[in-house]
Amino acid sequence: MRKLTRIASVVLLVAILTSACGGGGGSSGDQPFRIAVVTPSAKNDLAFSQSIYESLLKVQQAMGGPEKLEFVISENMFVVDDAGAAIRDYASQGYDLVIGHGSQYGGVLQEIAPDFPKTSFAHGTTVDTFVDKGITNVFAYEARSEQGGYVNGVMAGALTKSNVIGVVGPIETGDAKLYVDGFVAGAKSQNPNAQVNVNWIGSFSDVALASEAAQTHVKAGADVMAGTAQMVVGAIGVAKENNALWFGTQASQTSLAPDVVVANQIYDWSGVITEIIDLIGKGTLGGQAFQITLANKGLYIEYNTAYSLPDEVKDLADATVDAIVTGAISVAP
Amino acid sequence: MKQRLIEFWNSPVIDALLPVLATLAALLVGALMLLALGANPLVAYGALLDGAFGSLNSIADTLVRATPLLFVGVGICIAFRGGVTNIGGEGQLVVGALCATMVGLTFPDGPALVVVPLALLAGFLGGAVWGGIPGLLKAHFNVNEILSTVMMNQIAVQGMNFLLIGPLIDPVQLERASRIPQTARISAAFDLPRLAPTRLHLGTFLAIVMAVLVYILLWRTTLGYRIRAVGLNREAARYAGINVPRHIALSLALSGAMAGLAGAVQIFGVNFRMFTDGSATGFTGSAGFHGIVAALFGQLHPLGTIPASFFFGGLLVGANRLQRAVQVPAALIVTLNGLVVVFVVGTELWRQQRARRRVVERPSEHDEPSLTAIPPTAASLEGKA
Amino acid sequence: MISELFTAQVLLGILTSGIRLATPYLYAGIGETFGQRSGVLNLGVEGQMLVGAFAAFYVARKTGNLWLGVLAALLVGALMGLAMAFISITLRAKQGISGIGFFLFGLGLSDLLFQTLLGSVQTVSGFRPLAIPLLSKIPVLGEVFFNQNLLVYGAYLLVPIAAFVMDKTTFGLKVRAVGENPEAADSLGVNVSLVRYITVTLGGMLSGLAGASLSIALLNVFQQNLTSGLGFIAVALVYFGGWRPWGVLAGALLFSMVNALQLWVQVLGLPIPSEFAVMMPYVLTIVALVVAVQRVRPPTALTKPFIREG
Repeated sequence: MRKLTRIASVVLLVAILTSACGGGGGSSGDQPFRIAVVTPSAKNDLAFSQSIYESLLKVQQAMGGPEKLEFVISENMFVVDDAGAAIRDYASQGYDLVIGHGSQYGGVLQEIAPDFPKTSFAHGTTVDTFVDKGITNVFAYEARSEQGGYVNGVMAGALTKSNVIGVVGPIETGDAKLYVDGFVAGAKSQNPNAQVNVNWIGSFSDVALASEAAQTHVKAGADVMAGTAQMVVGAIGVAKENNALWFGTQASQTSLAPDVVVANQIYDWSGVITEIIDLIGKGTLGGQAFQITLANKGLYIEYNTAYSLPDEVKDLADATVDAIVTGAISVAP
Repeated sequence: MKQRLIEFWNSPVIDALLPVLATLAALLVGALMLLALGANPLVAYGALLDGAFGSLNSIADTLVRATPLLFVGVGICIAFRGGVTNIGGEGQLVVGALCATMVGLTFPDGPALVVVPLALLAGFLGGAVWGGIPGLLKAHFNVNEILSTVMMNQIAVQGMNFLLIGPLIDPVQLERASRIPQTARISAAFDLPRLAPTRLHLGTFLAIVMAVLVYILLWRTTLGYRIRAVGLNREAARYAGINVPRHIALSLALSGAMAGLAGAVQIFGVNFRMFTDGSATGFTGSAGFHGIVAALFGQLHPLGTIPASFFFGGLLVGANRLQRAVQVPAALIVTLNGLVVVFVVGTELWRQQRARRRVVERPSEHDEPSLTAIPPTAASLEGKA
Repeated sequence: MISELFTAQVLLGILTSGIRLATPYLYAGIGETFGQRSGVLNLGVEGQMLVGAFAAFYVARKTGNLWLGVLAALLVGALMGLAMAFISITLRAKQGISGIGFFLFGLGLSDLLFQTLLGSVQTVSGFRPLAIPLLSKIPVLGEVFFNQNLLVYGAYLLVPIAAFVMDKTTFGLKVRAVGENPEAADSLGVNVSLVRYITVTLGGMLSGLAGASLSIALLNVFQQNLTSGLGFIAVALVYFGGWRPWGVLAGALLFSMVNALQLWVQVLGLPIPSEFAVMMPYVLTIVALVVAVQRVRPPTALTKPFIREG
């Protein structure tokens, strides 16, 4: 009822111009560290949003459970306006770290962060912390997904018998393009005769079109396929049905087709999150950009144990990982 | 006293409250879902109210969220009054936003008083073209506008993706590994003035002004009269010498123009740059669809659409707060919105019956026959209703 | 470059893909055709499809019986249809908007159930392609037309059945009468509301089936917003088809074939930006209608609630 009276009291809102928004408080003493994360798709999308969710669970476990690290999630915030409201709301509730896990949230973070100078924000995937704009409480993180893409591509090039490889992607930019470019380069380097067909279906959600794109790849002779973003679950089904091999990325997609998934590039943000938590403890609230790479183990290749990968291909993949880590192979765009 | 009560009960005030009552009924069903999910409905709905209207910032957020709904909704009013259905708001909004952004980025150093109106005009025209194409196709080739507007939405989205990945991308992003598909920020000098310390911007007032202007257009000008005449009965309008195809195309173009203006205002008042997440929704927040809901909640009257938009905007903002407060799956929010829409339109029967009773009891010179049927082409046949 | 498109492999691929892709449009579009012919516009097809898709997936996964999945989709589709019928016929709600309400409701509910009952993206072993004896042995055509799964066959069988019911049966006559002139139909003793209840409920069932054709036959997976706008395309195709089942078939095939074509355009690496390739089916559907100027007029009473006088 108090709420109702509150509504009534604000009818003349235009006249009342009161104080600015309060800042959030830092963590102190035995209070758990509190993180809020906003993701564009579902936390179980087997892709980008799932990667941050699982990383947070991992950090939580490492730190000693919910008593030490408490986190909340607002998923499906594909509407950037809503995401902005969520980020602002969490910041005003005093969360120690508010993560905007979507490159499209850059604009709203840039706008909100200055209003909450005591709260730390993190934004991915990007390298821009807005320090050049005078904002010091935003961390940035990104995945060098072309690295694992390259490794997956090398394996794909080695495994294809038809010399045709199919790739399904959402739109031709961002993390998806990075991964696909790496994958194509890897496949070509391993197998110059291989033809890599890429299909951008223009959507992150059209499972049916992703599936049909995979069907088209199969018809065009592909016996190995890969794809990125959450709508590829449709393509994985086609791979399974046609006994074509599949390479996943972002999160483990093995559960969908244990017979044909060869390997997944996993995004493990836990190192980045832990580092950010440490920095916040030391009083640094932003201004630094992080990358997950094969070298720092933020990216790693998870092999499907149910699939019997020939030893020489496994060795080839391991050697490629080593070469990328040491810099012997450069895959940066 | 009793007489007064009866009079009050029969008055249009209660009509206006019907949607609120229906919303409460829908929220009651939602409460059962919340209980099933293990959340306390009282806490949840407290958060909803608080999020929508509980503080100055909440109210500002509600108004900001409602602004594109109001623009689109006012456009929907024009279309429906002209006897056509526009479900292409999403695409028109995107095109309007793109046009406005291009103007803003082309003249970064121009005077705001010139560039901003020019950009808004570009948005208006962009939306008009995107709505006008289905209009012309309908008028001259008998291509159904529901079909063409659905298709035009997708065409706009793919065009947007193309532009934001390539020609319009922020040059800074070209140097980055993860190229974010967005334009550069428009010059801060162009930002629509805000009512500090909230996010409320001038665009909200502009939307209200447009609603009033469209009301005047539809009911106080010859053009508006013709559009409504075509909407009420195309045959009769033709006999009256009205160029029917032209007015069909015009009502869809004007409808699209309002959505385009919504897009332009979103750029200059809220986002300050155009971006894509592959679909239109990330930018539009489904305003192209929610605007239809707002217009119909507002009885397809531009002025009625004003409170209806604020109401629906509040629901959208508050429901998201609800999700955060009790941490239920976000899917519940969409379900709740759907229930509210269904319950509110479900009150139509009572509204009609009450309107009829009023007419019988006290014939009113202001009664709008076209208010009772959708689209208004129906009204001609059921004028007796 | 373009000539690469005209190889047998590609053309056959386009045909096969197009036939498959058209399946959900056919179920949903024909269901919607019946509703619209009787005078009710249902924009909530997308929501009905989603709920149907989830129900089919969930039941098939839990019981291991695909037919129970189909039954579940029909059942929840019928319930959604009945609700739509009640709101728009009995309560005379504005149909455009009540449809949007049911779309949102179905979108949310299917996701909510998915999150609470399954909690993760899973797969099901759906309907397998079933070669029809003899026919599937026909060179070329056999592979394209007669080696699909049962729900695909069902969609194509539905077209002549629906056309027959609409044009040649008393029920079809009643549907058309109610959609053209409900007052006259009423005066001849046709129960206008009942006919509309039947068509809208039938539409819901077929939309549910359209969802099932995705979740347990073509994709064999469920994810939030699995249909991703297919339902709206299905409604648009009803207009393309001029409110006739055969017309819906033509529209669905055209749209799907062009979609299959654009996938090939990309696979063959033709120098067209992918965004323009993806646009093709949407553009060509409009162009096709412009070229084949239609003289078909919508059912006169479409979207008009029937109010019986006296």
